[in-house]
Amino acid sequence: MSTAYQIIVCAGIVPDPLQTLEPVASPTGPALKNEMMLPAVLDPWAGHALYEAANLAKNTPGSKVWLVSLGPKAKLQQVMMTVAQRVPFELIALDGPASGFTEAAEVAAALAEAIQTIPGLDKSKLLVFGGWESASRGAGATMQMVGERLGIVDQFQGVDQGNLPEPKNNPQVGMTNMRTVMPALQKAKPTKLAGEGLTFASVTLPKQMRETKIVKDKSADDIAKEIVEWIKK
Amino acid sequence: MVTLAEPKPAVSLQTLPGDDVRQIMWRFADRYELQMLMQGARAVARGPVARLVAAGGRNSHDWTPEKNTLLQHYDDSGITAAFLEPEYGGFIAGPKNLALALVAFELAWVDAGAATGSLASNLGLAPIHERGTPEQRAKYVGGAVPVKPGEDRKQIRAAFALTEPIPFVGVETGMLAGRVRIAEWKDGSEPLLHVDKRGRFITNMGFANVVTAAVESDDAKIKGSCMVILEEGDPGIWDRGTPTKKLVHQLSSTNDPVFNLKVPASRIVGGYTVKDGVIIPNYSHSEIIEAVFRRTRVTVGLMTSAKLLSAVEPIMLYHRRRFRGGQGAPGTPRYELGIQQKEDALHRLVDIWATGEASSSLGFEAARMFDVLDPLEQEKDRIFAEKKLTGRAATKELAKAQDEALKLINAHQPIENPLARFAQLDSLAGVLCPACKLWNTGHGANMMREAVSLMGGYGVTEDCPGFLGQKWMDAQLEATYEGPEAVQRLQLSITMTSELFLTQFKQWIAEMKRISSERPGTGACALGTAMKLWLWTLQHVQTATDADGAKLYHKSRQGVTFPLADALCWLLAARQFILDTIELETKGAENPALADGLAGTVAFFTDLCHVQAARAAGEVGRIATEIGHGYNRHPAWDDASCHACYCAEELTNLEGVIPGIDGSARAYSDVTENGEAHARKAGPCVKCTGLEPFVALRAKLDTCITGCRLAKDRAAESLTKVMTREALDYPA
Ligand SMILES: Cc1cc2nc3c(=O)[nH]c(=O)nc-3n(C[C@H](O)[C@H](O)[C@H](O)COP(=O)(O)OP(=O)(O)OC[C@H]3O[C@@H](n4cnc5c(N)ncnc54)[C@H](O)[C@@H]3O)c2cc1C
Repeated sequence: MSTAYQIIVCAGIVPDPLQTLEPVASPTGPALKNEMMLPAVLDPWAGHALYEAANLAKNTPGSKVWLVSLGPKAKLQQVMMTVAQRVPFELIALDGPASGFTEAAEVAAALAEAIQTIPGLDKSKLLVFGGWESASRGAGATMQMVGERLGIVDQFQGVDQGNLPEPKNNPQVGMTNMRTVMPALQKAKPTKLAGEGLTFASVTLPKQMRETKIVKDKSADDIAKEIVEWIKK
Repeated sequence: MVTLAEPKPAVSLQTLPGDDVRQIMWRFADRYELQMLMQGARAVARGPVARLVAAGGRNSHDWTPEKNTLLQHYDDSGITAAFLEPEYGGFIAGPKNLALALVAFELAWVDAGAATGSLASNLGLAPIHERGTPEQRAKYVGGAVPVKPGEDRKQIRAAFALTEPIPFVGVETGMLAGRVRIAEWKDGSEPLLHVDKRGRFITNMGFANVVTAAVESDDAKIKGSCMVILEEGDPGIWDRGTPTKKLVHQLSSTNDPVFNLKVPASRIVGGYTVKDGVIIPNYSHSEIIEAVFRRTRVTVGLMTSAKLLSAVEPIMLYHRRRFRGGQGAPGTPRYELGIQQKEDALHRLVDIWATGEASSSLGFEAARMFDVLDPLEQEKDRIFAEKKLTGRAATKELAKAQDEALKLINAHQPIENPLARFAQLDSLAGVLCPACKLWNTGHGANMMREAVSLMGGYGVTEDCPGFLGQKWMDAQLEATYEGPEAVQRLQLSITMTSELFLTQFKQWIAEMKRISSERPGTGACALGTAMKLWLWTLQHVQTATDADGAKLYHKSRQGVTFPLADALCWLLAARQFILDTIELETKGAENPALADGLAGTVAFFTDLCHVQAARAAGEVGRIATEIGHGYNRHPAWDDASCHACYCAEELTNLEGVIPGIDGSARAYSDVTENGEAHARKAGPCVKCTGLEPFVALRAKLDTCITGCRLAKDRAAESLTKVMTREALDYPA
């Protein structure tokens, strides 16, 4: 049997993708309209990393998963009500901004510092997982910098196999996780991101086209063909 | 010099209220186990349940394999275990009324049939949970825990069988046709019972393997009635019967089963004693049913509330996008607002939303109240058992506790004695539970129809976003099962007259007046006046008689008692909505996530409160007036009344002697014009002798609602501005 792992998953939160996302100018730079009021979810890529981590930990006895997350504490708490019921982990929360307009390098520094202060961390057993959406607007830059700061120079980016089903809801897991999640949120370290040197020339939403069609009795093959045709157009 | 006031930045609703807002209003911000449960239930509702509805899963009466997969989802998500004590595999400690209310709310947001299906197992187990022996609880409640991987056990899925084929038990649950006899009773051993029960409309019966059935003794050796536990596999007939051809709640299973089984006497729910060779069940069927329904009816009420609130966003999305084709260009009102340009559409949606809020507030308050009441009731039972108080002695002890509660409430002092505290809360729960079941579902069904009509033709199709058509029809079942409206009105007509309740109600009037001085925009002032009018009318009819001298407040006079019960519900719902809005305003500030939008949300809810309070005041005014005046006979043109009339000619002659008499006589009395026997109307105008305070109060109430339409206009405007999602989070 292989050695036990210490798996750190860095996961940010993002606004629920079904919400209307409207960039606005705020005194501190660009922001999303009503961002604090909008429901948030775990960055789906990071969520996947978390499930992969949990799966690996389950199959490698003695392993443990930490979830390190930087975001407004009240919003992190709401997100935990869903995520904490999925897989066992210990939360390390940093209370700070999670908008899509933070500087990836600063976020990476905060995350790396939080990871380094985990008591009993053994770098020989360490695996660092993460997503790619939240702090870098989909550029995937944050995790690389977290790795560098932790002295992990041989990195594999984008190795997710993506074939793990989303774990089932399990309230018992949720109740167990909550014993550490709530205290972690309470003592979440306030984290300021200065945003130095960061300017945004312009901000727009990615262009997207939504075409909805309700079909009830078509086979998956036919649907796939139709989508291919549509993309080719 | 006159200075212009700094214009205040307009606060308005920024986003639709999210979980943070609801957790504060419905008071579970500090209960993360409930927040998790809500998320778990939501994922099931907006995932597999919604997909099944969208795929046409409701278009069959049978319990299909697709519907059956939902049971696994309920098990996996924690919905099944939410009902269970931690000792039996549950994960929520303590009373679970609020927990189950939240589950019902989330499931019904998408499909109330799913809510019913998931909750019916609890209903089946509830007799055992409430009154069962420890052994029965361990076996049946413990057996309902979802089977864990590797465990070899058949999970218990229960059904509750009270209702019987026509012409037997329905609304009136007293006279049962289901029978229990002694089949065999060997000396010194456990008696064997013969149970004969037919059920009608029994939920979960397509798959249940345990049934709690209400039966009456058909044997001199068994006293009264009881509930018995039946198991699939008991010797005899276990016939699930045919599925009911329901037009509603098709994601739950309903059948008309037939049972003819032999079961040991240990299956009597709550156990029994033997006295002089006669089995005496510890609980009659009605005692158990009363304990069960009091709690489960609240959850049903909340199903309809969830549907009303769930209708808001689909309607807004439909209205805003209605005219995006053709000539309309982005940026024009026609393109951006669509039907929301029309005031009526906005006003009706305001009414739907306000009803959804008020009924949710009422329902969750009732659920929370039972959470407080449950341990007090257990404590009461423990004290009674310790003092060996039963029957009359117990009633006497309770009456003493009620007196104590009454004195303390009148003295504005806290109630510490658990028996007195039980009496106080019991008097409220006895009103809030039927009020929530009655008003949330009955009036809720009417408002669901409004919601459907705002979707135009789409509203009555299966493709309607948010499944509004199905939700409307479903609401009629919510108003019917677990005791239809008549049963709730019947119960209210008794509980709402209790002195203990009315004493608290009087304090609520003062509370509304106090609130209105601090927050005039809530409409609490009008509500307080409406509460006064209701109370005056109730007290009046309790001693008044009709034109023929017959008593007005009598159990056979449902024309008096029932409308007054309805009127009370309007008041209770509007009041609780105001209280919840105040809670949001005071506690919301503690949540940084709400900082940006709190003021706007509170302002909007305050306007909705005003709208709802005015509507409640209108209903109460209408009902009170019909009852206050409607049972007196209108004066007719008889000799006496004609004699009292002035004649126009007479007045003209007198005018010379007493200037002004013509005008004042016309103002205070009836005047017959020249050539007429009497004025053209039903009779002389009514003198409201004895009803003067009522007339004054009614007139005052009308003026109290001043401003309510301004509030409605503001709320309507908010609807045109609030941010919505791009799409619903469940399919249609
Ligand atoms: C889908 C579905 C699921 C159900 N699930 C269950 C279940 O799991 N277990 C179970 O035991 N039952 C169940 N029921 C039965 C349900 O509780 C009854 O249908 C309900 O209580 C009404 O009884 P009834 O249909 O016999 O109506 P009736 O008793 O015939 O009443 C019809 C109407 O007559 C009037 N009325 C009757 N009595 C009075 C009165 N005293 N005063 C004034 N008006 C009166 C009212 O308008 C009332 O609505 C279910 C029903 C349905 C439709």
